[in-house]
Amino acid sequence: MAINDPTQISASLPALSLTENYQLDVAYDEMFDPQGVPRPQYQALYQRLLELPADHLRQRQQAADVAFLNQGLTFTVYGSEEGTERIFPYDLLPRIITSSEWATIQRGLEQRIAALNLFLKDIYHDGKILADGVVPRALIYSCRHFRREMRGLHVPRDIYISVVGTDLVRLPDGSFAVLEDNLRVPSGVSYMLANRQVMKRVFPQLFSSYGVRPVDHYGQALLATLRALAPAHRSDPTIVLLTPGVYNSAYFEHAFLARQMGIELVEGRDLAVHDNIVYMRTTGGLRRVDVIYRRIDDDFLDPLIFRRDSILGVAGLFNAYRAGRVALANAIGTGVADDKAVYAYVPAIIRYYMGEEPILPNIETYLLDDESQRAFVMENLDQLVVKAVGESGGYGMLIGPHSTAAQREEFKQHILADPRNYIAQPTLALSRAPCFINGQVEARHIDLRPYILYGDRIQIVPGGLTRVALQRGSLVVNSSQGGGSKDTWVLYE
Amino acid sequence: MLSRVADSLYWMSRYLERAEHTARLLGVNLTQMLDQTPQSTEQRWKRLLMSLRTNSLKIDPIDAYAITNELTFDASNSASIAACIASARVNARQVREQISTEMWEQLNRLYLQVKRTSMDEIWYSEPYEFFQSVKDRMHQFQGVTDATLSHGEGWQFVQLGRFIERACLTADVLDVHFIAYLEAQASSTTLIDYTDWVALLKSCTSFESYCKVYTANIQPSSIAEFMLLNAESPRSVRFAADMIQVALQAIARDTGTRHAGRAERLAGRLRSSLSYGQVDEIMADSMHAYLETIQSQCAQIHTAIRETYVAYPVDAALAS
Repeated sequence: MAINDPTQISASLPALSLTENYQLDVAYDEMFDPQGVPRPQYQALYQRLLELPADHLRQRQQAADVAFLNQGLTFTVYGSEEGTERIFPYDLLPRIITSSEWATIQRGLEQRIAALNLFLKDIYHDGKILADGVVPRALIYSCRHFRREMRGLHVPRDIYISVVGTDLVRLPDGSFAVLEDNLRVPSGVSYMLANRQVMKRVFPQLFSSYGVRPVDHYGQALLATLRALAPAHRSDPTIVLLTPGVYNSAYFEHAFLARQMGIELVEGRDLAVHDNIVYMRTTGGLRRVDVIYRRIDDDFLDPLIFRRDSILGVAGLFNAYRAGRVALANAIGTGVADDKAVYAYVPAIIRYYMGEEPILPNIETYLLDDESQRAFVMENLDQLVVKAVGESGGYGMLIGPHSTAAQREEFKQHILADPRNYIAQPTLALSRAPCFINGQVEARHIDLRPYILYGDRIQIVPGGLTRVALQRGSLVVNSSQGGGSKDTWVLYE
Repeated sequence: MLSRVADSLYWMSRYLERAEHTARLLGVNLTQMLDQTPQSTEQRWKRLLMSLRTNSLKIDPIDAYAITNELTFDASNSASIAACIASARVNARQVREQISTEMWEQLNRLYLQVKRTSMDEIWYSEPYEFFQSVKDRMHQFQGVTDATLSHGEGWQFVQLGRFIERACLTADVLDVHFIAYLEAQASSTTLIDYTDWVALLKSCTSFESYCKVYTANIQPSSIAEFMLLNAESPRSVRFAADMIQVALQAIARDTGTRHAGRAERLAGRLRSSLSYGQVDEIMADSMHAYLETIQSQCAQIHTAIRETYVAYPVDAALAS
């Protein structure tokens, strides 16, 4: 008897049951095909799960949680007093994307980001797309994130969106579609990097046997992107990351990224503007700043131009920006292109600027200031998802099938009061992936947020943040709404 | 280095030094209490509160449990160990990208350990063990800091915070003991005895190193000499003053600031008063006045550091 055979030992411990609580239905399952047979890329993981006793997985889950907590890898939950710092729940099992799936995603994102960037340049300069009637003028000018101050302003290299996080979902037929573009200050990339580090620690063998493309160079790529924006005559530009400060929910990420890039993490109070030059206050005196990767919303950047009550920003920053003495990433006013009503026009925007069909489709979207579309939506609220156009993070949302009659009534009133502020989409059957939950492997809905960088060229680190709706049946993956995340493996082959 | 970062490193370090000091005082005091009369115990707690400048705490009658709880876990008391560690952590978090991951993890573990410990848990088992483990973790943090953080400008600000706080705290704890000693001499009572002096040395981790210099012959004047003027003991005020001066010189060199002169001059003055000081003169003159001078010199150095490196006016900086 081969008593040292690990499979023999595990056989005596209770192994995982993979099928009992594992839900398979219309939603695309990442691991199993409709017949319940593991897809080829999940075969090795599946095998490993069959061999591993649940206790071993549980231990690894605990080890991972401790690693996150000790590293202080936490986010802040607004509105609760004690225990405001929480770890972003981490699911042990990787989400696997094949090389050919990734090739489509990559091409689709490159196309989409290039088009959106051209769109931003156009609406802040000539407005051709508006004159040609492809996108209604009223839609743009009524957008909360449209910044009049940006009209005619030249931004370095004409790049408005240097850092983008696009939310993708997988539809029941297995194809990927874009759910949302995040063109302002997308977050979460630190979890992509940290998840990978933890994964290598808890599943070293499985990881190395798979041939997973690395993501660790994200920091360098981001730094190169930011350097590309520096004023041309500044040969050794000073780049800083501007954070709202330690109480911001994404502060950990700001510190993490500054560290990865080896740049200063500054707050508004560290900066001062004099004669249109931005300085930071150092122990050796004032030092000139050339590029600011800002993680502060437009509204708070400069109290002289935007919100007067902002204490997070820097007085005079906008004038220095307008004078071309400092670069901002992302540019001001990019939120107009990720407005959820403008989203409906992105396929048209791609066709207009690129002369191509969109590679990644949109989700069907109803615009509620259109009378006939609104009438349809009002009749079918219980089937649809309604979203406020300027919100992010899963706030201001109604999920029809999971809502009460009272909630639907409330949203009807909201919509009627301000139809431009809402859109509706069909409730999607997001794809599901295996997750380790309460000692069992169960299927949960997921999405995918790859991170796109645009400096001297468009770059996408192979992977992204796979967010998980940890509640059974839930479709909401946002960290602020009880979501978690898992490592995302893009394979070489 | 960003002024705000230097400031946070400095305060992180000061808060931790203070938390460690309080943990040592409490640990030693709780152990010594075991073989004391109620009267001497009360005197000792009063001295401890006075040396930590927490006289505003209204704990009457003197109750060991209440005081220990107040100084250890009470988050509303900004001088408690828990509050100091939390403040140190807030400062460390502000500069998370400037300190090493090892430092952050060490400090975060210390914070979590204190946060999840309750007073009853330590009081009814081994209070001394708890303070010992806090102290150990502090020492680990200092070791990790010295071993993993580049000894550049940031580290120098950590040194400044640590040694300015240490000089002040040591002066304070010496002061209350010598006030009691002089009172006792005047009234020929035994307000303070052999065990108190040993406790003083132990609470400054100096008992063993004292004995190596003076043998176990415990004399107030030798203690004063050792804790004030000894050049080699890392717990002496003289040693702290040396370190403050070295750090300030390094910072001035790194930043090339032209206004560095004042802080350096103040530190040089403190240091020379300690290196040329004579303990018999200090004792004959006024110990209390001497210690107060040290306190006020430390305060001046602190202010000069702020004005030179942290809170300087923008106009002046652009003009220069």
